[in-house]
Amino acid sequence: MTQTAQTERTGRPVGTVRRLAGYIRQYKLPSILTPACMAGEVFMEMLIPFVMASLIDKGITPGNVGEVIRYGLIMLLCAFASLAFGVLGGRFGAKASTGFAANLRNGMYETIQRYSFANIDKFSTAGLITRLTTDVTNVQNAYQMILRIAVRAPLTFISAMIMCFATNARLSSIFLIAVVFLSLCLGLIVKMATKRFSEVFTRYDDVNASVQENVSAIRVVKAFVREEYENSKFSKAAENLYRLFVRAEKIVVLNSPLMMLVVYVCIIMLSWLGARQIVVEGTLTTGELTSMFSYVMSVLMSLMMLSMIFVMLTMSAAGARRIAEVLSEEPDIENPENPVMRVPSGDIDFDHVTFAYKQGSGEATLKDIDLHIRSGETIGIIGGTGSGKSSLVSLISRLYDVREGAVRVGGVDVRKYDLEVLRDNVSVVLQKNVLFAGTILDNLRWGKEDATLEECQAACRAACADEFIDRFPDGYETRIEQGGNNVSGGQKQRLCIARALLKSPKVLILDDSTSAVDTATDAKIRKAFREVIPGTTKLIIAQRISSVQDADRILVLENGEVNGFGTHEELLENNEIYREIYTTQTEGGGDFDSPDRKGGDEV
Amino acid sequence: MPKQSLKGQGVYLMRVMKTVMAHYTPHVIAVVLLIIASTWCTLQSTLFTQTLIDSHILPMLSGAVEVTEGFASLAAALTRLALILGVGVILIWSSNRIMINVSQGTMLRLRKELFGNMEKLPISYFDTHAHGDIMSVYTNDVDTLRQLIGQSIPTFVDSMVTVVMTFVSMVTMSWHLTIVSLVMIGVTMLVSAKLAARAGKGFVAQQKCLGALNGYVEEMMTGQRVVKVFNHEEKSLEQFRQLNEEMRDAASTANATVNVMGPINNNFGHISYVVCAVIGAAASIAGLIPLSLGSLVTFLSLNRNFSRPISQLSQQMNSIVMAMAGARRVFELMDEKPETDEGYVQLVNARENPDGSLTETEERTGVWAWKHPHRDGSETTYTRLQGSVTFNDVDFGYVPEKTVLHNITLYAMPGQKIAFVGGTGAGKTTITNLINRFYDIQDGKIRYDEINVNKIKKADLRRSLGMVLQDTHLFTGTVMENIRYGRLDATDEECMEAARLANADGFIRRLPDGYQTLLRGDGANLSQGQRQLLAIARAAVADPPCLILDEATSSIDTRTEALVQQGMDALMRDRTTFVIAHRLSTVRNSDCIMVLEQGRIIERGTHDQLIAQKGKYYELYTGNAIGA
Repeated sequence: MTQTAQTERTGRPVGTVRRLAGYIRQYKLPSILTPACMAGEVFMEMLIPFVMASLIDKGITPGNVGEVIRYGLIMLLCAFASLAFGVLGGRFGAKASTGFAANLRNGMYETIQRYSFANIDKFSTAGLITRLTTDVTNVQNAYQMILRIAVRAPLTFISAMIMCFATNARLSSIFLIAVVFLSLCLGLIVKMATKRFSEVFTRYDDVNASVQENVSAIRVVKAFVREEYENSKFSKAAENLYRLFVRAEKIVVLNSPLMMLVVYVCIIMLSWLGARQIVVEGTLTTGELTSMFSYVMSVLMSLMMLSMIFVMLTMSAAGARRIAEVLSEEPDIENPENPVMRVPSGDIDFDHVTFAYKQGSGEATLKDIDLHIRSGETIGIIGGTGSGKSSLVSLISRLYDVREGAVRVGGVDVRKYDLEVLRDNVSVVLQKNVLFAGTILDNLRWGKEDATLEECQAACRAACADEFIDRFPDGYETRIEQGGNNVSGGQKQRLCIARALLKSPKVLILDDSTSAVDTATDAKIRKAFREVIPGTTKLIIAQRISSVQDADRILVLENGEVNGFGTHEELLENNEIYREIYTTQTEGGGDFDSPDRKGGDEV
Repeated sequence: MPKQSLKGQGVYLMRVMKTVMAHYTPHVIAVVLLIIASTWCTLQSTLFTQTLIDSHILPMLSGAVEVTEGFASLAAALTRLALILGVGVILIWSSNRIMINVSQGTMLRLRKELFGNMEKLPISYFDTHAHGDIMSVYTNDVDTLRQLIGQSIPTFVDSMVTVVMTFVSMVTMSWHLTIVSLVMIGVTMLVSAKLAARAGKGFVAQQKCLGALNGYVEEMMTGQRVVKVFNHEEKSLEQFRQLNEEMRDAASTANATVNVMGPINNNFGHISYVVCAVIGAAASIAGLIPLSLGSLVTFLSLNRNFSRPISQLSQQMNSIVMAMAGARRVFELMDEKPETDEGYVQLVNARENPDGSLTETEERTGVWAWKHPHRDGSETTYTRLQGSVTFNDVDFGYVPEKTVLHNITLYAMPGQKIAFVGGTGAGKTTITNLINRFYDIQDGKIRYDEINVNKIKKADLRRSLGMVLQDTHLFTGTVMENIRYGRLDATDEECMEAARLANADGFIRRLPDGYQTLLRGDGANLSQGQRQLLAIARAAVADPPCLILDEATSSIDTRTEALVQQGMDALMRDRTTFVIAHRLSTVRNSDCIMVLEQGRIIERGTHDQLIAQKGKYYELYTGNAIGA
């Protein structure tokens, strides 16, 4: 968590508060009623010792039972009123804070749905999840605390002070000194504690990171028999953490003794000065003295609470800032005005396209790409890691916008299309693909909501997914677990292809989507493409030369530039890179297997 | 969270206490005594009100005592009180201070024990448990225990002591009023208990909704790009809204109940205060109860002190319940059965004597021997490590019901290179994981230099087998430290030599700080190929007699792959090597190639033999598999 916090730019707190406050919406009324109720509760509570003084002085001291009962009833009334306010405040507070949290979650989720890929890149997936879950919960708790306790504590403090001064101004000055002294000390403690604790938490994160490292690299640890070594490394870190924790908590435990000390000093001073005023000057009654004793506690307790609130608010401030970031992020790809609603054909044109990722170094990922692909063609794309293959195809369905030049599908600039129409017609099987919890059929119908079973079966046949689906006891009704962890890598890829086929797109893009499928099946899938969807433009990114060599044309990318574009034979003849890849893969080192476990731990 | 009775979880609470007591019994006794003493001191300040009014102010007011004399004795009384309270403050501080060591010390022990045990767990544990769940034991669950030991338990003790002491004082002051006060407390507790039960139910419901919501968010955020590609935004939002609303309603109900508990406890305290005040005042005026003004005022304060700890206790209940669930997960991880090792054959450095026999030595000689203490006698034999590995009719399954390897039989002579090829899920990686006993076989025998691998100490077995794994993992630390991971006593020069052998030296020197460049987050600042090269260097510095190379080069481009391959080839010279191959060049010069399919060896032989055979290998090699 601190890692993300560190990379955070320091946002202006006012902006954050204003941005979040906009989401209170229908919960404005409870948000106002909560502090109002809390004020009522505090006021009623504070009246009780005040009335008690009268009960003693006018009832007990002169021995008047009638007065005792009269003041008793008033106090009882106060207590019940305070109870009612308290209960109402609690209910309103719950309603306001949970409603506010729900609005925030909804607001973020809606905003994220409008995000482009570039926006998503900016926040990592894990970052978005934390914001939607933990951060919102923290903000909800903080909001509830602001509405209830953060109102209660200062009000208690103020009204107790007023009551004290109303009772006896001279004695109350003791409180003033005590309060100033205590707030100085508490402030110092909070400041020192926050500093020391932030050290603790950095180290804590480090320790947890090392645990994480050990959990994921356990095979390496065991293969090198480094259990003992890791143990001693961890012990050292844990002991260091222990020392830091003790150092930080040492400061915190000063809190309550300090508080007690101040209370005791007040009590002793009150006893002495109070007795003098009563006996010698006659300016104070016994009843008043007892009510002063009650107020000492109230005043000092509320100060204690304030310091606690302060710590908690700083803790949730980071979360609030992170939420505001999500909400303020402007989706950088939006539907154009008067969008084109029909994709006429599967022609693809790259017109001197230059592209760079916003989050990257600023260096162009694709440089001056000029390509013209006709409807129905099969294009293979090959090139090393980082040569720009995925970036190139992601421009076609406008997952990112070009920096210079234009990408046209069916002769129309992709920026003129309605996004939904464009993406329905340009179907992409992403490199990092996922399946969702639900049946196989549910997952397939992502491609086409109202697809019949027959349509789904046909798509699966083309993607060679039918052979294993039929072997499952529940067939198409087999449940896929979250993330598709109960099917193998190759099966997952074939299901993702079938899902994309169901869209019956004009352009189909496979971004290294058969890497975990064996060569034979891979060939079968390509054969099916030729037969089932001859009119669809097909772009196939692959590492294996066998996956692309029968394509109509093959594009060789190198460092974001077109290095060669032609048929297999042409390229073998005149493209050095292609020839090199071909030679290493077939003559010197064909590609036998496809590592099924590639990246298996990353998800 | 699986449902478990509170009683069942209480066992774990007891274990936490036992862990604490095992090391900190004197500390805990000291803390309890300090709390008792400091509570007594605190009580004196409340009780003093009575003395102040009844023995000092009222006598002076009525003239029974001379004013100067009265103030002199008041001064003396206040000094006494100040001393007591001063001691009280020191006592409170001491008990808090001691508790830091107790709670943090226990945390330290728990963490160390957790980690130590985790390192000993078999690989299968990590296969079957989500890494996030394991992590959450360290982050969340250990934290709830810190809360429990550091806060809840001391508060609990403090509250109990306060209740008892206050109660005794109240009874001595006026047993009549104590009854009134007890009745009020009874009513409060009854209401609280009802509310607590409702709150508990509310929180269970909220937790369930939260789980569903978080699960959905996690799934959808992970698949957000797919959502976009398929235009599924609206649908995804629709389901989210529903879950979000359910969550809001559940949270609102749960929070409302909890929020109400505070004011109820608090204000019932006020009501009790008022009732006692009126009854006490009226009764003492009427002469029904002998009660001085000072006693009444003091009693009312005591009454307040009496109800406060009770509401504090009910607040602690929540964190105690949470800590119990946390404790359960902590101890469950701690109780996991570690990898068993019944091996007794050890790997030692040896020196060859002129007569051909071997003598065990301390220093690295380059000659390794198996030290085999025989069970029947005191005799110990030394056999030179050769590096032959045989599989004899081995069956294996990750779960007993599902066998993934069938009747595997193979022989690897010392220095030979054995390659495994085959499609996804054919069982190549599984075989190599059996040699170093990441998993134990169900049936058959695996022998290493004619010794059953079950008899070899796991640590020694693994030390003799260098591994370069499919998934490269690097550790936070410098490049040098990561290479040295292979052999901890390797010198810088040896590490660099290994890097040169693995073809990694070039890129390392180009890194900002060369060999001292700090790697973080599993080497995130390196490319896949560079990480792979480091992993090879790491294995090279270990200089093991036997090697297992399980490569994953599909995400590495051809040029880098050629570089990686050169490193691998250099490493393989003169060692028994098991290769899971990707490139034909590696496979072709193998002494034997095993073709695997669905957990069986379907073909074996040299490259030329297999090509001549025109079977599966030929198909894979030529790619002419369509319709076959």
